[in-house]
Amino acid sequence: MTPLSQLLPGQYGKLASLNPERAVDQRLMALGLLPGMVLKLVRRAPLGDPLAIEFGGQVVSLRLAEAESLIVDVAADCPVQRPKKSS
Amino acid sequence: MSAKEITVALVGNPNTGKSTLFNALTGLRQKVGNYPGVTVARKSGRCDCGDGLKVELVDLPGLYSLAAASPDEQVVTDVLLGSLEGSQQPDAIVVVLDATNLLRNLFLASQLAELNLPLALVLNQADVAHEQGLKIDTQLLSQRLGGVPVVLSSAWKGEGIASVRRAIAEVVNKKPKMSRLAWPAQVESALDVIVQAVKNDTGVAPSTADAQRILFSSNAHTSDRLGWSQAKREPIIRQARDQVRAAGYNPLAAEPLIHYAHLRKVLDGVTSGGAGKQGNAAALDRVLLHRVMGPILFTGIMLGLFASVFWLAKFPMQWIQAGVDFLKAVVAPALAGTPMLQSLVTDGIIAGVGAFLVFLPQILILFLFVSILEDSGYMARAAFIMDRLFSWCGLNGKSFVPLLSGFACAIPGLLSTRTIEDPKARLATAFAVPFMSCSARFPIYALMCAAFIGPLYGPGWESVVMVGMHCVGLIFAVPTAFVLTRFILKVKPQPFVLELPRYQMPKPRDVIWRMWQNAAEFISKAGTVIFAITIIIWALCYFPRDAQMAEKIRAAEPALSSHELQARTQAAMIEQSWMGRFGKAVQPVFDPCGFDWKITVGVLASFPAREVIVSTLGVTYSIGKGAEADSQHLRQAMQEAKWLNGPRTGTPIFSLAAVLALMVFFALCSQCGPTIATLAQETGGWKWAAASFFYMTILAWIMAVVVYQVVIRIV
Repeated sequence: MTPLSQLLPGQYGKLASLNPERAVDQRLMALGLLPGMVLKLVRRAPLGDPLAIEFGGQVVSLRLAEAESLIVDVAADCPVQRPKKSS
Repeated sequence: MSAKEITVALVGNPNTGKSTLFNALTGLRQKVGNYPGVTVARKSGRCDCGDGLKVELVDLPGLYSLAAASPDEQVVTDVLLGSLEGSQQPDAIVVVLDATNLLRNLFLASQLAELNLPLALVLNQADVAHEQGLKIDTQLLSQRLGGVPVVLSSAWKGEGIASVRRAIAEVVNKKPKMSRLAWPAQVESALDVIVQAVKNDTGVAPSTADAQRILFSSNAHTSDRLGWSQAKREPIIRQARDQVRAAGYNPLAAEPLIHYAHLRKVLDGVTSGGAGKQGNAAALDRVLLHRVMGPILFTGIMLGLFASVFWLAKFPMQWIQAGVDFLKAVVAPALAGTPMLQSLVTDGIIAGVGAFLVFLPQILILFLFVSILEDSGYMARAAFIMDRLFSWCGLNGKSFVPLLSGFACAIPGLLSTRTIEDPKARLATAFAVPFMSCSARFPIYALMCAAFIGPLYGPGWESVVMVGMHCVGLIFAVPTAFVLTRFILKVKPQPFVLELPRYQMPKPRDVIWRMWQNAAEFISKAGTVIFAITIIIWALCYFPRDAQMAEKIRAAEPALSSHELQARTQAAMIEQSWMGRFGKAVQPVFDPCGFDWKITVGVLASFPAREVIVSTLGVTYSIGKGAEADSQHLRQAMQEAKWLNGPRTGTPIFSLAAVLALMVFFALCSQCGPTIATLAQETGGWKWAAASFFYMTILAWIMAVVVYQVVIRIV
């Protein structure tokens, strides 16, 4: 179990849990980010925050502080991390 | 006509091409207004659906869910529920979906099905889906959703518009309803509990949709609207949510969980192919969001935007100014026989029209950029890059463009705050924009630097002061935003969850139309206020008038040349006008800043436009009308001006302390009628405009006093 914010760019994880009490998580659930969903940390912004994550065919930006309740499972059935080519 | 007119609401997620579709369906026969009491724009237009059927199509702001996290989304939900005062519930709903991401888009549609209104689905951007190899069986989808019309369109290419019209006609004539999902039994009974309790407590049975909002949403908006008191509702809601929990769902997660599970089954076999295709976003983002290249390209784009608003707009602004001057020159001789009427027409009416027209080039150019940046998908990336710099003080990445534009002019900057979805960050940004040192403050800095700082301390200090003055506003804007968002604004902050959409070529018609709509709204709302302010200030500076003034001055000093006589007359006229008397009366307030009554009058009379202070100083210092910042005579007159009475008699008025105090005052004060008018337009009332005016003015006064009192003791 890893907080989403600790994923490396390009790394995949399966959403293990979130906190439905939080407005951020409610918004993400409306976008279809539900437990069990595979997501990918696409990149961090040039200043390190916010993050861009990809799930269900869409890319969404969210702040580190707002992503704290998202816990992912870097499990075996997630696609393998691809090394990033650029910089 | 309006009573029987059929209203169809266009609803959908952001970035679905909904507005492009709306423009294609209505042509440009659109009306833009506001929903009563809120700042959400109401866009509507006539849509011809064939066979003589015309409906009023309403383009609602894009949203992802009816759970209504933000006040803007609340408006959409209220409109659709028919619960917004002064707004009728639409007769039917057309949901616009992004064909490339049906699952997510259908979540909103599935929520809308609960409203039990006739409904049709438009799968837009079908061309992109086709390119990605995605196949959609619309017939099967329609069948699974209870027979509602499901049509494909590509509004950008203008394809499928006719079938959308047919779908609207069908939804109006046959009233097909989208089948509701089968809720788990415990959820159904929890909803029943709420319906019964509300009915018992308020006497009115709520709709299923209302009951769902009460059960699933974390805010109390719906209960409050139905008049269901907190004491009565709390145990009932807790009981209902316990039932949902018994079914194995967290009540706040149940709605998306159940809808999405249902929709996955609905879509099974409906879509095929296209998996793994991401379109253009990933490749372009690798460059545009690159750690090094991203900020460089961002800076380049924003420099282009700023140069255009700041510099390019100057040419059409000069043409408008020339046009105004030409009109004055043409009209003035015709009214020479009636001096009061002549002055009213030229300095009041024509100048008043010019006062708001002159903002149009900047507004049009900024919205050209803003529309292109938004429609292309880059705006979300710009916000992504900049967010870190703004998030700590309660703003967000989208505050950047309004604040940057503010350095050219607050007016377009304020209008562009509407690109910020979060109402709290939007208001805080709007509050911060007038602090940016706009180009209208430049003439007074230039005059003061050239007349005093340069001659006394050399050009090096002149540029230091110039740069310093441009920073003063920024230094105060940041803590202001921080305090405002942290302690004063009670609105809940919205999470900064921002979709980074697919890149797309902006459509010229949409861009031009948006430029025009913003300009038109500005003219009809803020423009009329600016016009009124100009007339009022004109009258205050003109009346009362002594017709014998020129003769009296000539009698006292016969040696004056005709130009000198005219300048002295104008100075004497403004001195004894209401404005002059008022300026003299309030001068003691500004005395601790080192302002004499002439500066005070200049500050007060420049309310219609800041840069007017230079020509007002020209009048009060007897140089005549039309003085510019580079006028040698004005500089000389100001350098020679001395206190004629009081403790400072004989010392120069424009000491270093007074010069700096005046510049700091101008950097911070809200001495701009158009800004106040636009703030009122954008915040939906005078409350925030008044708050901004008093806050900035008091702050400016305090800082001017501090600067004056400190510097005068040092130098």
